[in-house]
Amino acid sequence: MSTLQAQPLRAEASAPAPVDYRRARRAETRSGYFFLAPWLIGFLLLTAGPMLASLYLAFTDYNLFRDPKWIGLENFEKLFNDSRYLQSVKVTLIYVLVGTPVKLAAALAVALLLNSGRKAQGFYRSAFYAPSLIGASVSIAIVWKALFSDGGIVDLGMTGMGFQPGGWVGDPDKTMPMMILLATWQFGAPMVIFLAGLKQVPRELYEAASVDGAGALRRFWSITVPMLSPVIFFNLLLETINAFQVFASAFIISGGAGGPAGSTLFYTLYLYIRGFGDARMGYASAMAWVLAVVIGLITWVMFRTSKGWVHYSGETK
Amino acid sequence: MSTATSTATAAPLTDQRRPTPPAPRRQDGARARSLMVHALSLVILAVVLYPLLWMVMSSLKPTNQIIGDPSLLPTEASLDNYRTALAGIGGISAWTFARNSLFLAVVSVIGTVLSSAVTAYAFARIEFAGRKLWFALMIGTLLLPFHVLIIPQYIVFNKLGLINTFVPLLIGKFLAAEAFFIFLMVQFMRNLPRELDEAARIDGCGHVRIFISIMLPLMRPAIITTSIFAFIWSWNDFLGPLLYLNDPEKYPLPLALRLFVDQTSVSDYGAMIAMSVLALVPVMLFFFLFQRYLVDGVATQGLKG
Repeated sequence: MSTLQAQPLRAEASAPAPVDYRRARRAETRSGYFFLAPWLIGFLLLTAGPMLASLYLAFTDYNLFRDPKWIGLENFEKLFNDSRYLQSVKVTLIYVLVGTPVKLAAALAVALLLNSGRKAQGFYRSAFYAPSLIGASVSIAIVWKALFSDGGIVDLGMTGMGFQPGGWVGDPDKTMPMMILLATWQFGAPMVIFLAGLKQVPRELYEAASVDGAGALRRFWSITVPMLSPVIFFNLLLETINAFQVFASAFIISGGAGGPAGSTLFYTLYLYIRGFGDARMGYASAMAWVLAVVIGLITWVMFRTSKGWVHYSGETK
Repeated sequence: MSTATSTATAAPLTDQRRPTPPAPRRQDGARARSLMVHALSLVILAVVLYPLLWMVMSSLKPTNQIIGDPSLLPTEASLDNYRTALAGIGGISAWTFARNSLFLAVVSVIGTVLSSAVTAYAFARIEFAGRKLWFALMIGTLLLPFHVLIIPQYIVFNKLGLINTFVPLLIGKFLAAEAFFIFLMVQFMRNLPRELDEAARIDGCGHVRIFISIMLPLMRPAIITTSIFAFIWSWNDFLGPLLYLNDPEKYPLPLALRLFVDQTSVSDYGAMIAMSVLALVPVMLFFFLFQRYLVDGVATQGLKG
């Protein structure tokens, strides 16, 4: 109804067909924004607005109680002299750079295993996926802490195998392996994606390669990896971004402090401590933006380099 | 948990009874390989399930036998830990925490499904000016670390006096803040035949009619997947409640668990583990009932857990 009222007079003068077309298009646009409204409001108020606000706050001294005071680049300068901040960068980078490849390697290995035998594949697929659903929960963090604590199961097992006794939770050298094991335990989600990708690889390729005398390793590098490269890329991107955001497990295992000796002081945890513990919200915003820029750069580099190693064949997406 | 173990043993058995197709020459090799695959899969299964089994079994043991006891089976099983856990913390019953969690999760599901479906319809079925730009921005939010948002969002909710209410935890769900679900639904809708809505348009239906009476019923699988994930994500969420809630009466289970951790340290490991089990029960229930939807959702859309 409103379509008729909004129709400008000038349009009526021109030929009838384009008018109908234009009117229809305008009506479509109106419907489009009607349906888009909830997301658009959310995007502007909960995403775009806060992003700009935190960009501004990153250049201020702000603690919720006083008005933000513009201090230019001071927050960023402080960051690079803050040893705890540098520690959190180190911890997070090790976690991302070691943990993500380990987790993806486990996911790919198990996907290849399940793909080679078809029996009961569905059952294993579901069972292996279960940890991905609950791995980031507080419950599992508590279990992990208990398993790896002093005199816990892992300690007993390792001592039994002749290693130095001692819990992993309290040893700054062992907390990182413990956190990476927790991440690796959740290999199920990328594994399911790898499996879906493996299903798309035509069997004839392997058969032809076997006829030509290619061994299992050769078939893996020359067929599986290139055919799977879009899926590998997707998993790598997703898991890298997720790894930057680990929070609840580190918080619970270290009691919110990032210890021992800062060995579980993940980026998110330190940001929480500065922003909400010390109410240094300008400083924390600067931290958040450094992270956003780093993640943006990593994504950009991954997309740029992907042209060299990701192969998109015709019908497999 | 018992369901898990029973299906674990049942599935391979039924499979083995199935006659193997005749493949004369390669049969022995194929059988040996299949056995290998099974053996390896079982080993991995044991590693994957061990922490969960350990958790359930430990919850039945007395506190002083939990940490250093390598055997899974409790010498004398008792539900004492569950009694302590259900009694709650600081005079607040565990049911209060569970009720808060359930309320947050159910409202999250409703909000997420409604807002994501409407948004997905706009992107998948309406040719409006600016669609490509908004779609690209929507996909871009998938890559955005939440850190850049939490501080200003907190400041705003603080100014509005909404700290210690459920509003900051729920409002985003009604505004389709989780781009994953929009993406999932858009992909699903794009696969539905366009002839359906074109026929309806010729019959004079507007977009609202088409959306409600044609699309929504057809989107059931996508709606189910979205609902389950929205429920589980809300149920497991820790950071949101940690930031916005400070009255223990309003705590959902993950925050209550943290209270347990802080207040009891080593003294009552048993109750803490029992509470951890209880907090996972709904998630595991969903997992057993809807594993197809969950795993297929991951396989097709790359949704994570």
